[in-house]
Amino acid sequence: MLSEDSIHPQSYAAGFSGALLDPAQMPPAILNDPPAAHLSRRYNIYRNNVIVSLIDALAAIYPAVQRITGVDFFRAMARFHVRACPPRSPLLFEYGRDFPVFIEQYEYARPLPYLADVARLERAWLDAYHAADVEPLPPSAFASLPPDKLADIILTPHPATRIVRSDTSSVTLFAAYRTERDSPSSLQVADREDALVTRPGLDIIVQYLPPGQSTFLEALVSGHPLGQAAAMAFEDSSAFDIAIGIAGMIEAGAFCAIRVGEPQ
Amino acid sequence: MSAKSAVNSLILASALTTALATIAAAAPLSKAEGEAAMAAKKEKCFGVALKGQNDCAAGPGTTCQGTSTVDFQGNAWKFVRGGTCTSIQLPNGGHGSLKPV
Repeated sequence: MLSEDSIHPQSYAAGFSGALLDPAQMPPAILNDPPAAHLSRRYNIYRNNVIVSLIDALAAIYPAVQRITGVDFFRAMARFHVRACPPRSPLLFEYGRDFPVFIEQYEYARPLPYLADVARLERAWLDAYHAADVEPLPPSAFASLPPDKLADIILTPHPATRIVRSDTSSVTLFAAYRTERDSPSSLQVADREDALVTRPGLDIIVQYLPPGQSTFLEALVSGHPLGQAAAMAFEDSSAFDIAIGIAGMIEAGAFCAIRVGEPQ
Repeated sequence: MSAKSAVNSLILASALTTALATIAAAAPLSKAEGEAAMAAKKEKCFGVALKGQNDCAAGPGTTCQGTSTVDFQGNAWKFVRGGTCTSIQLPNGGHGSLKPV
């Protein structure tokens, strides 16, 4: 028997977990003292629970990806990811941040160039879901600004606000496959689609951003004043419309505070 | 460019007036009408808006998981056909498929 002063719970846990993610390793020696029958088989139960729970976590975060690939493919891909990138945080909803990059490099997912983009949007969705509750700026906050200072105003992004750029039709695919009920039998995807994710109240809003708008919002989120952000958006796309950009960001609740910065 | 270019306040003021008028045009008579109007405006402004997908959405860690008994340890299989990707048409006319390339 192990006496209480011979081993600390934390070092026991570290010794116990050492081989959990590597099936090629023998079960830890501390489990075999005194010798235990069927140790590998019994230890594999713990291995399984770790791997399965992490695969289930990925499936919960990335339901659209799983619907696109099918459950078997998804779980095989997720298993490789779990082995390659074990959790760094004890919070399970934080897990899987590297999954979109993993999908991009996963050999068998290469015929689906949009898959990593859909995953990025799903990760942004969950981050918005868990973001802090803050009231977004109401339209009236913009109505009372001094007109001659508008170019210099600087906005603070709402904690939930995410802009997800994509070279594929990720918004269309997210819309089609995020929930069980509306998977289409045939879907044409062509254009690149940038997305804005916000949560002004309790509901998350995912919306498509037309050309220039993602540059406009990214510039504002990174602290550029309004006049510069608009100029950067025009540079990105001549189709950019400032009025639509401003109306869209107010209605989406993308920002939560406003101040007049130094004149540029 | 040495000086960063910027759109001036005059142009921005005009755009802001238009934007606020667009939003005010949807001034609600009731909460439901307001939401409907906002939804319509959003489509005009930013395209497709998706809402109401919050059912059971907090992410992992909220249920008891990992209940099967022995891990499938093998790495022998890497490719399994399935899912809906074959219904997605790519711009080059091809269908997505989960074949190794």
